[in-house]
Amino acid sequence: MEQTHNSSFITHNSQHMNKLVYLIPLFPLVGFLINGLMRKSLSKSLTGIIGSVAILASFIVSLILFLDVKTNGAMAVNPLFTFIKTQTLTIDFAFQVDQLSSLFLLIITGIGFLIHVYSASYMHEEEPQHFARYFAYLNLFVFSMLLLVLGANYVIMFIGWEGVGLCSYLLIGYWFKNNNYNYAAKKAFIMNRIGDLGFLLAVFWIINKLGTVSYAEVFANASKLTAADATAITMLLFVGAMGKSAQIPLYTWLPDAMAGPTPVSALIHAATMVTAGIYMIARSNVLYNMSEFTMHVVAIVGLATALFSATIAIKQNDIKKVLAYSTVSQLGYMFLGLGCGAYTGAVFHVMTHAFFKALLFLGAGSVIHAMHHEQDIRNMGGLKKKLPITHITFLLGCIAISGMPPFSGFFSKDEILAAAYAHSPIYWVLGVAGAAMTAFYMFRLYATTFLGNFRGTHDQEHHLHESPKAMTIPLMILALLSVVGGLVGVPEILGGHHELHHFLSPVLVSEKAHEIPHNTEYMLMGISVAIAAIAILFAVNKFSKNPEMKEAEGLGKVLANKWYVDELYDNIVVKPLGSLAAFFKNIIEKSGIDGAVNGVGKLVQYGSRQTRLLQSGQVGNYILIMVLAFVLIIFIWINDGHIYRFITKLF
Amino acid sequence: MYSLLLILIPVVAGLLSFFLKEEKTVKGFTLLASIATLAIAISSLCCNKQIEFSATWIPALNSHFSLSLNGMSKMLCLLNCISLPIIFTAIYKNSYKNAAGFYGLMLLMQAGIMGVFLASDALLFYFFWELALIPAYFLCSIWGGEKRIQVTFKFFIYTFVGSLLMLLGLIYLYLQTPGSHSFAYNDFLQLHLSAKQQASVFALMFIAFAIKMPIFPFHTWQPDAYEQAPTPVTMVLSGVMVKMGIFGVIKWLLPIVPLGVQSHSNFVIILAVIGMLYASLIAIKQDDIKRLVAYSSIAHIGLMCAAIFTSTTIGMEGVLVQMFNHGINVIGLWIVADVIEQQLGTRKFSELGGLAQKTPTLAILFVVMCFANIALPLTNAFVGEFLMFSGLFKFNIWFAAAAGVSIILGAVYTLNMVQKIFYGNTVAQTENAIDISLNVKLALVILVIMIITFGVYPMPLLNLVR
Amino acid sequence: MPISNYIIFCLALFTIGIVGVLVRRNAIIVFMCIELMLNAVNLLLVAFSKMHNGVAYLTDKSTIVGADAQVFVFFIMVVAAAEVSVGLAIIVMMYRNTKSIDINFLNRLKN
Repeated sequence: MEQTHNSSFITHNSQHMNKLVYLIPLFPLVGFLINGLMRKSLSKSLTGIIGSVAILASFIVSLILFLDVKTNGAMAVNPLFTFIKTQTLTIDFAFQVDQLSSLFLLIITGIGFLIHVYSASYMHEEEPQHFARYFAYLNLFVFSMLLLVLGANYVIMFIGWEGVGLCSYLLIGYWFKNNNYNYAAKKAFIMNRIGDLGFLLAVFWIINKLGTVSYAEVFANASKLTAADATAITMLLFVGAMGKSAQIPLYTWLPDAMAGPTPVSALIHAATMVTAGIYMIARSNVLYNMSEFTMHVVAIVGLATALFSATIAIKQNDIKKVLAYSTVSQLGYMFLGLGCGAYTGAVFHVMTHAFFKALLFLGAGSVIHAMHHEQDIRNMGGLKKKLPITHITFLLGCIAISGMPPFSGFFSKDEILAAAYAHSPIYWVLGVAGAAMTAFYMFRLYATTFLGNFRGTHDQEHHLHESPKAMTIPLMILALLSVVGGLVGVPEILGGHHELHHFLSPVLVSEKAHEIPHNTEYMLMGISVAIAAIAILFAVNKFSKNPEMKEAEGLGKVLANKWYVDELYDNIVVKPLGSLAAFFKNIIEKSGIDGAVNGVGKLVQYGSRQTRLLQSGQVGNYILIMVLAFVLIIFIWINDGHIYRFITKLF
Repeated sequence: MYSLLLILIPVVAGLLSFFLKEEKTVKGFTLLASIATLAIAISSLCCNKQIEFSATWIPALNSHFSLSLNGMSKMLCLLNCISLPIIFTAIYKNSYKNAAGFYGLMLLMQAGIMGVFLASDALLFYFFWELALIPAYFLCSIWGGEKRIQVTFKFFIYTFVGSLLMLLGLIYLYLQTPGSHSFAYNDFLQLHLSAKQQASVFALMFIAFAIKMPIFPFHTWQPDAYEQAPTPVTMVLSGVMVKMGIFGVIKWLLPIVPLGVQSHSNFVIILAVIGMLYASLIAIKQDDIKRLVAYSSIAHIGLMCAAIFTSTTIGMEGVLVQMFNHGINVIGLWIVADVIEQQLGTRKFSELGGLAQKTPTLAILFVVMCFANIALPLTNAFVGEFLMFSGLFKFNIWFAAAAGVSIILGAVYTLNMVQKIFYGNTVAQTENAIDISLNVKLALVILVIMIITFGVYPMPLLNLVR
Repeated sequence: MPISNYIIFCLALFTIGIVGVLVRRNAIIVFMCIELMLNAVNLLLVAFSKMHNGVAYLTDKSTIVGADAQVFVFFIMVVAAAEVSVGLAIIVMMYRNTKSIDINFLNRLKN
């Protein structure tokens, strides 16, 4: 296994290619600086162009590098400068372009570019300086995300990791006048920080055991780690992934993060940032392969998240919330894949999910735009005729996410489910149940929004319009990708070559090959597709004519209220912590510690007030004291030997 | 000569400025003087050797006026020298009654602190240690807030108790030196004390440093003092003066009584970690910018203290870097607090809100500093905290994990502060706020540039302290 | 007479003086007790002086060695008489002011 790994770090002589790497994050950084510093002087169209062109430039460079990697294999790690150098530890600011990172580069810059273009139109109502602020944040986000995937060691990854968290915070709270949005932003940041702590501890653990953080050295020396170390490191890294990729128990920030502008949700909270956890685990696959325990945990957490959030999505009425829970659920699938050792499958799903989820979010944005910031699907309906392009593309996205062949979602999901089956049939059964729920809620969303009759106000109906070209063209491109994107990973039993698998195989090594008999695999595919198809038909049938208008009751109410998890967290974490803090502040600090300090002062004052009474002004007292003092002095004088001995014995 | 000039310029300029009449002249003069000191400090960086200066001082006690300027003290002197011009720039528009006295005392305080960083003679160290306290006392008790007398009294007595214990420890060490006794640092280094002796010297001197830093549970003077002191003084107190405590531990305890440090390290680290969590939790509940930053500072200092006592090189390098970076960050936060207080007359979160709409520049600069305060990567604090946590982790995993919780809590209180001051809708107090003036902007931009520069490329600092 | 007799007698006188000063409130009596103590010391001085130089006296009866203490004592008595006059004057003034010679009444400086 080690050999395969070493081979992936074999370098080749393309020095000029190596130089190009730095351009990739540089363009968004420049875009960020221009838009950020000159936000008051730039016109809106110029801002949009600068923001988008920066990403486009990165995309082109990424594409060049990707093609280079495809033909020549991974590039040499080339340090830009020494970031930290102490006596025992050296951390380079270095980038690593290999199969995995170049694929992510394409996803990030490609979809990033489409979303930038879309945003320029979607956000056109904003004032110029806030519009520029938006693009500055967005560029900064892409910069951070690129650092995350390009970094050649865990520290650079962590820089990007926290950077995307920062941008997520800034963008969720983009409309900062609204305090609810600010709370959502803060919540996202803090929950991410909980995960980040795990990540950081894992990095410390690695430093402590191996004395290095660079991937090449860590993976090459991974065999020096004991099993316990490997488990601890991978578990801690997984905690980081839980935060960033919104897995149970740290997922609640993601639905709240929908407070941000819709393109942000598409870019950050669907296509790129939330998949950072999957990237990180896939990147660390050498370590994960060493710990059976962690793999189980990852699979179980992923599966639980997939199912749990799917149930919640069924009863949500906010178009973005449905998509948010759907994202959480799909991320759960990816972790299921990772936990089952199907690293390629997970990365494959990251890619297809980026296509169709970005598409769905942007489609939702188009709907929201047309409906004048109405997000409740109960007030929509019948948008099919008014928004034809949005409708078609959205439908394609729904089919893709539901896993209908030959759309992209089918291939990636199928690969994960097959791996799950190889691991344990129970995983497969639950996974298929989740897939059925996915199909059901997506088509519930689709049917309620686009089919049936319009249920909004007259005013809204009057203003219904298809979005401008800048918004629909990205939709169309993404729809195309959602449809055909799966073809890069057609499994061999369906007559494909699974090119993605071959491409990624130098960096992603699965310990166990999952060989399932072909017949079984055909059957599994058939069953999952059939179940999803039934769910789709049922949902369309049920909701196109009679959408759910009433408030849910019973179990439905529990689902609509997200299993009351937020309330639970509030009661078992937030409030006790608040009370503890108040207790510390008001009782311990004020009366306890400061009380003790002031008490010493008061004691001295009290003591001197009492001693002062000795100075009574009565001559007799003075004389008495004088006499006593004389007697004492004489006593000491006579017995000085004894006293000296006594004192030396004391100390 | 550099080292002497570093002390002499602020002393002379400080004394001279007492005699100036015009407020404008005072401001200009002191600003120039502080910039001159900064220039000296920067030029001293170019000199790679250790810079020494020595003159007779008290021959009867065999104590010399000897100064030395090496890696760590260079960095701290630089911090001390950078802070004053920035502070003076930021408060250029403020007016203080009897400005000559105010600015003069500020310079004298700077001189005292500088002496602490430079002294390589124990008695001289003690002398400067107290000398730094005296101008601080007057500054707080004359120009402070409502409860200034009471609070400054507490501050003074508290730190003074510590100093006396330290003096005892120093005298004890002095008496242990061979021959005709000496206060010289190098002679102290050559002492061979038994473990028991080291432990008692450690206890005596550490209390002084612990009070100065401050370490839980010796911290209660600090929030009060920071709150009541005039903000420019608070900047010096928390940005530079608390570093005296850390500096003292690193220079006067670690090499001289290593066994004492070793035997107490668990105890001190536990205290420090408890203090971090405790201060972070309290910070969450604060309603006053200055008190919040004060508690946040206690938490950060706690981490530094813990990292020192891990006796790992990586942790120690982190501390050295972080001393500088923490100073920069915290001064920035205080400047913002001062700007808000000067303009809006309140520091209470409950009376603020929506400032980002009115003062976007301030908001952006402040947010950058807040993220530096929670050690976001690519801000200067990350490097130091990363190394310190790494050292702490090496020492004990559980301590590191517990201390790590303060990273999360830090995000909670810092973002709370940002949100309550800058986000949301404007309230009555902030309705007519105007954006910051040029001098404040200049000061903050310089700080932010330093934050980002040393965050992206920390090697100059790391090389300096190596 | 052995020196111890003198010492015991002086000690008794001195103690009487101290006790008198401590327990009596009448200023005049306190004053008299102070005089008592003074005289006890004077007596002791003379006695010790005589004892110290006793050998010289035994060999040469005409010497006046050992009489210097007596000279001192005379001086002391003269100065004490002056003191007494001042002290009595104070007491008189005190009586005029307070219509009392109770010393416990004289705590006006307190507080």
